[in-house]
Amino acid sequence: MLEKRIIVCLDVKDGRTTKGIKFKENKDVGDPVKMAETYYKEGVDELVFYDITASAEKRKIMIDVVRRVAERIFIPFSVGGGIADTDDMRRVLLAGAEKVSVNSQAVKNPSVIEKGASLFGRQCIVLGLDAARDPEMKNGYRVYINGGRTRTDLDALEWAERAEMLGAGEIVVNSMDADGTQDGYENNLTQLISTNVGIPVVASGGAGRPEHLYDVFTRGRADAALIASMVHFNRYRISEIKKYLKDRGVCVRIVS
Amino acid sequence: MSKGNTGVVDYKAGNLKSVETALCHLDASFYISGDPDKILKADRLIIPGVGEARAAMENLKEAGLDSAIIDFYNTGKPVLGICIGIQLLFESSTESNTRCLGLLKGTVVRFPETIGLKVPHMGWNQVVPVKKSFVFSGIPRGSSFYFVHSYYPEPAVSGYILAETEYGIKFASAVGYNNITAVQFHPEKSGEAGLKLISNFLKF
Repeated sequence: MLEKRIIVCLDVKDGRTTKGIKFKENKDVGDPVKMAETYYKEGVDELVFYDITASAEKRKIMIDVVRRVAERIFIPFSVGGGIADTDDMRRVLLAGAEKVSVNSQAVKNPSVIEKGASLFGRQCIVLGLDAARDPEMKNGYRVYINGGRTRTDLDALEWAERAEMLGAGEIVVNSMDADGTQDGYENNLTQLISTNVGIPVVASGGAGRPEHLYDVFTRGRADAALIASMVHFNRYRISEIKKYLKDRGVCVRIVS
Repeated sequence: MSKGNTGVVDYKAGNLKSVETALCHLDASFYISGDPDKILKADRLIIPGVGEARAAMENLKEAGLDSAIIDFYNTGKPVLGICIGIQLLFESSTESNTRCLGLLKGTVVRFPETIGLKVPHMGWNQVVPVKKSFVFSGIPRGSSFYFVHSYYPEPAVSGYILAETEYGIKFASAVGYNNITAVQFHPEKSGEAGLKLISNFLKF
């Protein structure tokens, strides 16, 4: 049976991992390459690196991070942040990433999903989707871009369905309401998207305790769950979270 | 720690970076090439790749690599197929109705909608050996490996099957026949279990 994936997310700024709260206030938490290695050894299933520098001259630092990570860890990892076109995608993939994640740029220019999928394969193209509750929207959630600063007219579910049609291979659904709260994922939003698309959905935002992952894998119907603070500040170990889930009947990969 | 020189077939089907870094990590002596003459000189061959069956076969043919792989197989030297690499070794694939290399009897088919699961099959899944094979030596039974695929091999000869995986249906996730070993998952992206599998192949 396919196992539920636990993905650790590292926000990288100027070559260092940082952690923001509700998209603001960033704290330095360490060297992304060393952190990636530690999580790899502890049995994480996948990693995501978001380049939150996103200024052109510093993009090179990120490529170097990607290259060094690829030399040391042998599990899939994706890179997002500032990916605007297929040239950006190619640079990241050639540096050793398995997948690239597009977010704001895909909203502004949806054809980047289509072009990326046809050049590199759908499995490479991840849509990052930031959404917040909004009763005005058809399905209850509105898409935001530019790190949550700019609101769009897109309904979250409709945008997810369109991205799948364009060729996205996976969707990371980040709840802006839950992000940084550590009070649990937005299970309704996750379930809404996951049960209506045919591609894997990764829940993001709100993880604070192992039971939050249990909830989002069961009630939220997520295929994978993103965590950051839970492990960045040594509150939990990956192995401990996996054991918790396994004991409750969730199928996860246990590394001996 | 490997014996001899490993050739990695470059047929412009996806990114070879992850196979390359895994081989570097294992201190393997290897080279990547799309030249049939160079490929034939290897002591063992890896056919990696992600992508679509028809495009992959067309790229192989265009470079003359299809016959090079068949000639290489006939020398009796070890061959490892990975992901699309396992699929190309069979007779045909229902993906764009593609005729493949035909070194293994059987076809490659898509996961049926009736399984009610998301396709592609993407993520970690258990690979359960059904037969003793050197490639799984030293790997704990039931270890998980990383998969990304929509099509899977259906060997005509059940004796080929080295390991099975369940995704709505049970399918052959690793096969072996003569000097061929082939896996549907990505050992280069499957953590320590995957690296162990590659290093087992390098010692063969």
